[in-house]
Amino acid sequence: MKSMQPTYRLILAQYAGLLAAILTLIVFFGIKANNFLSMTTLTTIANRVPDLTVIAVGMTLVLIAGGIDLSVGSVMALCASMLGLLMVDYRFPLWVGVLAAVMVGTLCGALSGWISAAYRIPAFIVTLGMLEIARGGAYLLTNSSTKYVGSSLGWFSEPISGSGLSVSFFIAIGVVLIGQWLLHGTVLGRTAVAIGTNAESVRMAGVRTTGPLVTLYAICGGLCGLAGLIQSSRLSSVDPNAGIGMELNAIAACVIGGTSLRGGQGSVVRTFIGVLIISILETGLAQMGATDPIKHIVTGSVIILAVLLDSLRQRSADR
Amino acid sequence: MLVLDALTKDFASRAVDRVSLAFHAGQVHALLGANGAGKSTLCKMIAGMIQPTHGTMQLAGSEFSPKSKRQAQRSGVQIVQQELNVLPTLSLAENLFFSQLPSRLGILKRRAMREHAHQILSEFGLGKLSPDAQASRLGVGQQQMLEIAANTWQQTQVLILDEPTAALSAAESEILFEKIHQWKQDGVAILYISHRLTEVQAIADKISILKDGKLQGTWSRGKLNHRDIVAHMTNQANQTDQTDQTDQTDQTDPPLMIVHQLQAPRRVHGVSFELHPGEILGLAGLVGSGRTELLRALFGADRATGGRLEFPTGQFRPPFASPNQAVRNGVVMISEDRKADGLLLSESVASNIQLPALDLAKFGLWSLYRTNDARKAAQGYRDQLGIRCDSIDQPVGTLSGGNQQKVVLAKWLHRDGQIFLLDEPTRGIDIAARESVYLVIRDLARQRKAILVVSSDLEELTQLCNRIGVMSNGRWLETFDGPSYDPQRIVQAMFAGYA
Repeated sequence: MKSMQPTYRLILAQYAGLLAAILTLIVFFGIKANNFLSMTTLTTIANRVPDLTVIAVGMTLVLIAGGIDLSVGSVMALCASMLGLLMVDYRFPLWVGVLAAVMVGTLCGALSGWISAAYRIPAFIVTLGMLEIARGGAYLLTNSSTKYVGSSLGWFSEPISGSGLSVSFFIAIGVVLIGQWLLHGTVLGRTAVAIGTNAESVRMAGVRTTGPLVTLYAICGGLCGLAGLIQSSRLSSVDPNAGIGMELNAIAACVIGGTSLRGGQGSVVRTFIGVLIISILETGLAQMGATDPIKHIVTGSVIILAVLLDSLRQRSADR
Repeated sequence: MLVLDALTKDFASRAVDRVSLAFHAGQVHALLGANGAGKSTLCKMIAGMIQPTHGTMQLAGSEFSPKSKRQAQRSGVQIVQQELNVLPTLSLAENLFFSQLPSRLGILKRRAMREHAHQILSEFGLGKLSPDAQASRLGVGQQQMLEIAANTWQQTQVLILDEPTAALSAAESEILFEKIHQWKQDGVAILYISHRLTEVQAIADKISILKDGKLQGTWSRGKLNHRDIVAHMTNQANQTDQTDQTDQTDQTDPPLMIVHQLQAPRRVHGVSFELHPGEILGLAGLVGSGRTELLRALFGADRATGGRLEFPTGQFRPPFASPNQAVRNGVVMISEDRKADGLLLSESVASNIQLPALDLAKFGLWSLYRTNDARKAAQGYRDQLGIRCDSIDQPVGTLSGGNQQKVVLAKWLHRDGQIFLLDEPTRGIDIAARESVYLVIRDLARQRKAILVVSSDLEELTQLCNRIGVMSNGRWLETFDGPSYDPQRIVQAMFAGYA
């Protein structure tokens, strides 16, 4: 067992910075904001994170492979719109709506991934196009108006009695765990890391890259579908304007968690901690009565600070 | 004009060894030598791109020790390198004057620039092109001319031309020779490097020959014929006697693969050969002769434009369209640049060894990745090949060159194949690591696999290979049978395609 110790220490070192950051935030808001350390705050945050978490997990997988998906927010809105259309206008049962939503997201992701991988077009451009297309699709499906979906979805976001945590929250945790396993325990995950590290080396090793890339984007898209469901249930409605700017929040969470935008490096669990940091920050600032502009400025500064610290840490580790 | 005194450069080994030479104004001085003889290193020292370890230089009577290319340029020493440095999105005029754009207070003087550019372009046979045209529209030969023009329009005392005609057509070469004649009249000292011996003998006033970093001698025009030059480049005394010969292959065995008329863009023109089981086939040739391109086309790394492959079963098939196809058919390749496309530098030794085997996973992408199996396999190769590392979880990028190369070998041994294509497998690694690479290669041969080795080290090929093929100017010119070789004849063949 002696040989395991360095591994533990390594893992601890990787998470220490992030956990310290969370702790600092909690202590800070605990002192500065009234009633921050309460069950209500916990519920608020737990209720706030699931959709962003699910999307950020997909984004992490894509970023690690050296790609990027800017379309996540509007694909989520498209999927939610599909869900609303099927359940409200056509009165399909819930499972049909969910299945359709996830499938629409998967298709969008697979299409972006395939075009970018097979024709070697930067994912930045392809997914920027998909961002517009999916948003347009969402407006078409909903006639540009918000639809009330009612209580059939509400239970997703209701706290499970006694715990204060919702079903959505546990789904999100499940997605994080599966994502982390996918990354470390499957050939897909290892291939993703390898492609993100050096795609040419992977190709020259006789390993195909298009298939894995399409799969990763498809997973990211499918998770957008799931996020659409989670968000609709929280709002009890389907909003074609939902998720505007969500891609930036997701990327920020990944980056705070130490995922490299150049690919090859990252962890799903750490992305989740990144999501928590963003949410604690936003909730805490709201409770302090900070105005919207201030919230933006502080959040932006924290993102830059996080990456700066990470890069300093790596530079000293390299030395 | 320029005098070199005992100029020496040490890298891992000595690249240039106490070379003393004088270059005179108004003369073309050719520098010849096989691959790795030290020509480029010598030129780079003169051009200020690298600094000598020992020795001094004098330019026009005064001490000359440039610290950078720019400093050398200011002293009137210009170099035109083999690689093209044309900026494709800029205009011809901008490329021409890039090092010194004519401007006033940071604002370009476009009209003056255009007129001057037109005049210079005309001198180099590019007068029909507008100075405003984008450089990306030029052909390779025209780009080479533009590059030469860009480096010579300023006051020049010493001009180094490294393989200037490699990319030029016959007509363009004539224009260049015309210019060279003119520079001679103007008193420029020209240092000329070329594979084309006929060309060298036509234009050079003096010829110096380098071998293994040492100067073999300097001769005046007409004192040497082709045979003499080749003899000096190879050092005729050096007849290899085979001490450690691999078991002879039985040539009656059906070949593992026959390559018919393989074509690849630019540098591979209809190459055919056979690979026999248990055979180590060497491939010699000058840099740029098409050896790497041949291997890459064979492996599917670059698209082949023609030819077909024949297998023992009598089946024919077109060349592989991707490395994935090649590997699945038992053809694997070690590329010449392990950092660029051979390894994942920031990943662990174990992950790197496992990489090609990812393609074998039973359930494709959805298979489980068994970290323990991967580590166990890596441990095995570490012991077998003597990969020196603190841990197999260490990033490959932190290992020495030799150990990195062993990891590359290990990953293909782990994936396994029938035909091994090796491009410069011992480049930049120390002697000990070199020996273990040879050991692996011989072992593969013993296992009845076929090995094709490209190397610029002729001695290495003569000691390792059962047969040696020679590529010259994109063609497979000749094949020599072992076990003993005449290096002179091989080198002669290396140059023969350029005559």
